[in-house]
Amino acid sequence: MATIELRQVEKKFGALHAVKPLDLTIKNGEFVVLLGPSGCGKTTTLRMISGLEAVSGGHIYLDGRDVTWLHPSERDIAFVFQFFALYPHMTVQDNIRFPLQAQGVAAAEAEKRVAEMVKMLRIEHLLKLRPGSLSGGDRQRVALARALVRRPAAFLMDEPLGALDADLRESMRAEIKRLHIANEATSVYVTHDQIEAMALGDRIVVMSAAEVQQVGTPAEVYHKPANLFVARFIGSPGMNLIKGRYADGVVHLPGEIRYQVPDSWRGTLAESLKDGEVILGFRPEAGLLSDNGTLTGRVYATDMQGAFTMLHLALGDETTLVDVRAERWVDYPLDALVRFDIDPESVRFFDPRTEKALRRGKAQ
Amino acid sequence: MSHVALQGITKRFKTVTALRNVSFDIRDGEFFVLLGPTGAGKTTTLRVIAGLEQQTEGHVLFDGQIIDDLPPAERDVAFVFQQYSLYPNMSVFDNLAFPLRSPLRRVPEDAIRQRVQHAADILRITHLLDRKTSNLSGGEMQRVSLGRAIVREPRIFLMDEPLSNLDAKLRESLRVELKHIQKTQHSTTLFVTHDQVEALTMADRIAVLNKGRITQVGTPTDIYDQPATTFVAQLVGVPRINLVPAHCEDGTLVVADSPLRLARPGSCDLPATFRLGVRPEHIIPSADGEFVGQLVLIEPLGVESILHIKVGGATLVCTVPGMTHYRLGDEVRFNIVRDRLHYFREDGTRIQV
Repeated sequence: MATIELRQVEKKFGALHAVKPLDLTIKNGEFVVLLGPSGCGKTTTLRMISGLEAVSGGHIYLDGRDVTWLHPSERDIAFVFQFFALYPHMTVQDNIRFPLQAQGVAAAEAEKRVAEMVKMLRIEHLLKLRPGSLSGGDRQRVALARALVRRPAAFLMDEPLGALDADLRESMRAEIKRLHIANEATSVYVTHDQIEAMALGDRIVVMSAAEVQQVGTPAEVYHKPANLFVARFIGSPGMNLIKGRYADGVVHLPGEIRYQVPDSWRGTLAESLKDGEVILGFRPEAGLLSDNGTLTGRVYATDMQGAFTMLHLALGDETTLVDVRAERWVDYPLDALVRFDIDPESVRFFDPRTEKALRRGKAQ
Repeated sequence: MSHVALQGITKRFKTVTALRNVSFDIRDGEFFVLLGPTGAGKTTTLRVIAGLEQQTEGHVLFDGQIIDDLPPAERDVAFVFQQYSLYPNMSVFDNLAFPLRSPLRRVPEDAIRQRVQHAADILRITHLLDRKTSNLSGGEMQRVSLGRAIVREPRIFLMDEPLSNLDAKLRESLRVELKHIQKTQHSTTLFVTHDQVEALTMADRIAVLNKGRITQVGTPTDIYDQPATTFVAQLVGVPRINLVPAHCEDGTLVVADSPLRLARPGSCDLPATFRLGVRPEHIIPSADGEFVGQLVLIEPLGVESILHIKVGGATLVCTVPGMTHYRLGDEVRFNIVRDRLHYFREDGTRIQV
């Protein structure tokens, strides 16, 4: 059990920032996901927490103790990588037991902890096998068991599902979450996959270009993205973002669409926008098909995605496309005119100059 | 007109049989997707159609004519690969024009200009024509690769996982664009992928390939609603379909290891034991639901949440819109949409009810 605190932690390579000064407190038992595209600094951040990478500045505290300059082995942290590093010549059982032997845990105690761990991960039947004969998913289960059996204060995972097939990823994702619920080990998890981040995280740290863009619960980053990057990155597809111009309670959108701004937003828009330039955002499911809808688009493509249909609509010319999620049975021919409204509770506005979200009630 | 048919194609390499009696036909203007996991034989199928690989048995037909002996260059097919193979030192224009400048084709220069311009318009890369391809982003490069196939005006486009190397956001937008282009140009296309979302969203029809055999051919709706086997049922749909062992007791359907009891579907003979399939969207939590279970896991994805509900020894996965108000450990009541259930024999094949 551990609280991890990062205070102004940064990493520079020469003049280049791999991670800009970052403050983050990970609570005891919390599952925090570092999410972002490749090169955003998420893995470097994780490696600094583990001690595999030295910080260029700032401090890292584990339960209030400054561990910034402690060796990785002195930090009581376990690490799981994308590629399962198992000893090929040892059986699964020996692989899992190995860290306990290295720590000098008594044989009977080690036996008990290995048994607990294999039960939790449902790999009892694999104990006598060697890693070479296991499937990818089973190997990753063994790697997880080996990391967890130590009962580390904190558990760091770097894209542990990245190398697995889609269906296996889905089931292993659920397994990692179950494991966390059972163990309540403080966990930091790195991924570029926003679905994984949403599914697993108590909180998500969205990173881009060496900087934290937003820290929030899945609901917060999804419904109240702090900026355009987060709005686009979270969600599959991301938030619809349309350039427009605000004047007198109306946002003028491409295709001569006049969007009536909900009353609760008017003050904010009038105060925050210098020249009226604004970006309107809404999630695909906040687009509501309606015969009397005030917004119109032409069907650019329709996708049946199994449980639902996604409509891709062109507003005005084909340079502005929006996605609207509809019931499974909805189907339109190409170029059909479709009317819709935006759920007024779900509409968002962004300042195109700062790229930041406008917040109701306070101008930014 | 371009109609492509495979009749009983078998392909054996030294020790392995890559394709076993594969037959399907691609209609003129159709977007046909070959879906299957790695190693299913998808790429081999493409290579047989292109003539890059000679089949051991069976025939390839173009417009009703057997073309088994036609060399690749005369088959008039255009390949688009996962790895874009562009000439880095040439401009985008010259890359697009390259296939037309082949001495075999002898296309006049003004016709080349016209066709390149047309392809660039379709793909919206007109502004890139003078740029060197080495300065392009991944998405732009893949557009140029597509353009190089389009200028050839081939009989059929053969696309081998062309979106797989792109990041998730780019893949989504290019997928929509590719579909739009195909629908407006009516180009006959065979698209290979292991990604079920790509298959469902783009295809007119899908052929599911597993271990060198065709498991099912149908529209995305057929494949999703009437999967022929448990393999197909699990291959399409996210989250995956629930598959639980079941049997009948006195006219009631009993889910093994759980208190779940359902009325037996009428007018059908179910075997002694079978597998019951329920798509996650057909389990619907409701305060007055008929069944009850305990919530053991919540995965909030934003647009929907995945709930894992434990019912006796079985765990069912269902989806609910938005962020759920349920909490871990809650008792959840739910209904099951009866007429959307799937039944499979122990060997994995579908039981039609």
